[in-house]
Amino acid sequence: MSRIGVFVCHCGENIARTVDCAKVAETLKDHPGVAVAEDYKYMCSDPGQALVKKAIEENNLTGVVIAACSPHMHEKTFRRAADQAGLNKFMCEMANIREHCSWIHEDKDEATAKAIDIGRTIIEKVKHNRPLETIKIPVTKRAMVIGGGIAGIQAALDIADGGHEVILVEKEASIGGHMSQLSETFPTLDCSQCILTPRMVEAFQHPNIKLHTWSEVEKVDGYIGNFEVTVRKKARSVDQDLCNGCGDCFGVCPSKKIPSEFEAGLGNRTAIYVPFPQAVPNQPVLDRVNCTLFKGRRKGLAKDACGKCKEACLKGAIDYDTEDTFVTEEVGAIVIATGFKLYDIGKDQPDGLKGYGEYGYGEVPDVIDGLQFERLASASGPTAGAILRPSDGKEPKTVVFVHCVGSRDPEKGMSYCSKICCMYNAKHAMLYKHKVHDGRAVAFYMDIRAAGKGYDEFSRRAIEEDHAEYIRGRVSRIFRDGDKVKVWGFDTLSGEQVVIDADMVVLATAIRPNDGVKELAQKLSVSVDADGFINEAHPKLRPVETNTAGVFVAGACQSPRDIPDAVAMASATSAKVLGLFSSDELEREPAVAIVNEQTCIGCMRCELVCPYGAIEQREVCTVDGHVCGHTAYVNPGVCQGCGTCQAVCLSKSVELQTFTDEQIFSEINALCAWE
Amino acid sequence: MTSSTPHLATEIEAETGINPATCYQCGKCSAGCPMASESDLRPHQVMRLVMYGSRERALQDETIWLCLTCETCSARCPNGCDPARVIDALRELARESGQANMPRNIGAFHKAFLEQIRTNGRLHEMGLVMDYKLKTGDLMKDVTNAPGMFARGKLNLRADRIDGVNEIKRIFEQCGVTP
Repeated sequence: MSRIGVFVCHCGENIARTVDCAKVAETLKDHPGVAVAEDYKYMCSDPGQALVKKAIEENNLTGVVIAACSPHMHEKTFRRAADQAGLNKFMCEMANIREHCSWIHEDKDEATAKAIDIGRTIIEKVKHNRPLETIKIPVTKRAMVIGGGIAGIQAALDIADGGHEVILVEKEASIGGHMSQLSETFPTLDCSQCILTPRMVEAFQHPNIKLHTWSEVEKVDGYIGNFEVTVRKKARSVDQDLCNGCGDCFGVCPSKKIPSEFEAGLGNRTAIYVPFPQAVPNQPVLDRVNCTLFKGRRKGLAKDACGKCKEACLKGAIDYDTEDTFVTEEVGAIVIATGFKLYDIGKDQPDGLKGYGEYGYGEVPDVIDGLQFERLASASGPTAGAILRPSDGKEPKTVVFVHCVGSRDPEKGMSYCSKICCMYNAKHAMLYKHKVHDGRAVAFYMDIRAAGKGYDEFSRRAIEEDHAEYIRGRVSRIFRDGDKVKVWGFDTLSGEQVVIDADMVVLATAIRPNDGVKELAQKLSVSVDADGFINEAHPKLRPVETNTAGVFVAGACQSPRDIPDAVAMASATSAKVLGLFSSDELEREPAVAIVNEQTCIGCMRCELVCPYGAIEQREVCTVDGHVCGHTAYVNPGVCQGCGTCQAVCLSKSVELQTFTDEQIFSEINALCAWE
Repeated sequence: MTSSTPHLATEIEAETGINPATCYQCGKCSAGCPMASESDLRPHQVMRLVMYGSRERALQDETIWLCLTCETCSARCPNGCDPARVIDALRELARESGQANMPRNIGAFHKAFLEQIRTNGRLHEMGLVMDYKLKTGDLMKDVTNAPGMFARGKLNLRADRIDGVNEIKRIFEQCGVTP
């Protein structure tokens, strides 16, 4: 026979204002199986908890129901109290009479009646609770960081400095990400390369960091503490052990007119190339799409059409016949830091978004995007830092900067603010005015969003000291007019149309999640939001965790982020990872599904629907070792306790340990049976 | 409006030491301006015209002459722009360039006021009123207020001239001001 204690909390006035707590306790005292029922002003306080503990000990209770707030709030608190009083902590349950009752009702009588009903359901549930043990899982103390931009580098360095091995996976030929393309950084205008490249080298040389560049994550198995990640090392055609980075190969490459990704299309590269001189590792890759030899092979030529780089390589490092290879890495935690790409504003949009045909991007050569301007302003760029417009190489005397191109524009598919554009536009206007003293910088903006340390001061400086002309309003159309670029805009502050004959236009295009993030998210069982950014577990309280335990997120793949934000986030993820690695075993609540192997028919419908990939098929053997059938098996390390498998199981063989069918039917019965 | 150079802003900055680009168009000046309801342009709009060098519109606007120079705008400006001083500088530029679009009675008032200072060294209200009425020809306006003002001693028939009135006159001469 159950001896259940019911403890009704007033929560100050939060519950007591609309629920007669004394009456709830009094009524529930008469419920079958209830040994003791009490009410108290603050049950979570020290005397409140003492009251619960005392009741458990004195009455030798078999279960406890706390009628108070949401289990999110204080389930842990009361379970700990129960544990201290010698009761298995999973015999303690919360009846939520605050969020589900007092906060949402006004009539005291009705709310009291409802609170009693809620109490009854949980009492009936607790009668069927079984004492459970926490689950312990071992932890592999190695981490994987996916993406080698500034966020990934920072996360890798922090974890590696914490004494654990890190595998850093980068899909490009070099780590560094977008930050390596930038000229100077706001709000201090320090040179991006100067602060980034030492960190790249540090990551490369760190004894705890293993680098996979030109590589992508192929497959992820396992669960927190025990992931098994297969990495595809794309065929580089260059043996990294032999190559000494001399550069003889790209000196002789005949394909010299391939638009350089690093220069945002403003410069060219060869087919075998190092993305930029400061690349880490400083070893080339062969771009097989544009290579003459591989083009010939694809056409089916009998003889190789080229081979100059192989001839030039004194180390014999070049091999045209290498294939993609796969490496499996066992890690305990994964950090996603895949970064961003710029919204491609041409007319044709790949993912169903509308283009910005009215801004002439792709048609007018002197309409460029922010990253292209970074390359123009960068000392390592195609113009060695001189601001020269792409069409004729002349110095532009009037440059128009347009904010919010794609951002805050639901019609084009992105309703969010890209966050960093206001600042980099101010920086661009400043850099331009510093380099072209008699030039005119005009910025069209909707709002100036410069929240951050020293940020507003920075953007004001662009206006007040460098005399960038800021006009509040969006631009309607940008088109070629002779050798000028005509900009039609509007000044909403003076209420007048503005027409500017510009020499060059820089569009601050929206920040989008990088290509392939959706596929990666699927492999990692994490979700993405409507815009394709990785979802964090909680926007305020768990900003660097994802819904999958052991998978963390840093930088612009979660939402548009500037460098300080991305670095802070990366360090936060490493704190989480190091916290995870600080113990040899993980403890988890047993809120997981278990399979009754006696009744399971092995149909594996549960495996199909499990969103976490926690279910696998297992063989059932006879005593003499013959396989006689299959059953499903739930990996308790991966299971998140959602209950989807329970809902689809035909033979009712799988159930959540903390929400068994028996418990749920008892709750329903409690609601229906009592008047 | 076609593109224009911020020449006016430079000129105003040279004249006043105020950088018109510091105005971030928050509108606090206009929110407190006692003449806002009477003017076509509010102080922040005047600042905007200056910032973008809309010379003609700024100089020819009647609004700059309606400003009472109460300096509420300047006192409350969060970014130290001093719109009242900018408006004052605009008036000077407008007069110098012959573009001033000053309403006739406002000009008459200013002239009558200065004449009082020049002749008495301080304001003689009665003299100001008489001179202003003669200049505008609007003799009967507000006349009903006069008895009450007399009774309260706000209007004196005799001018109260200061001792150093001749020095005041010399200041006027040296500044080349002839009201």
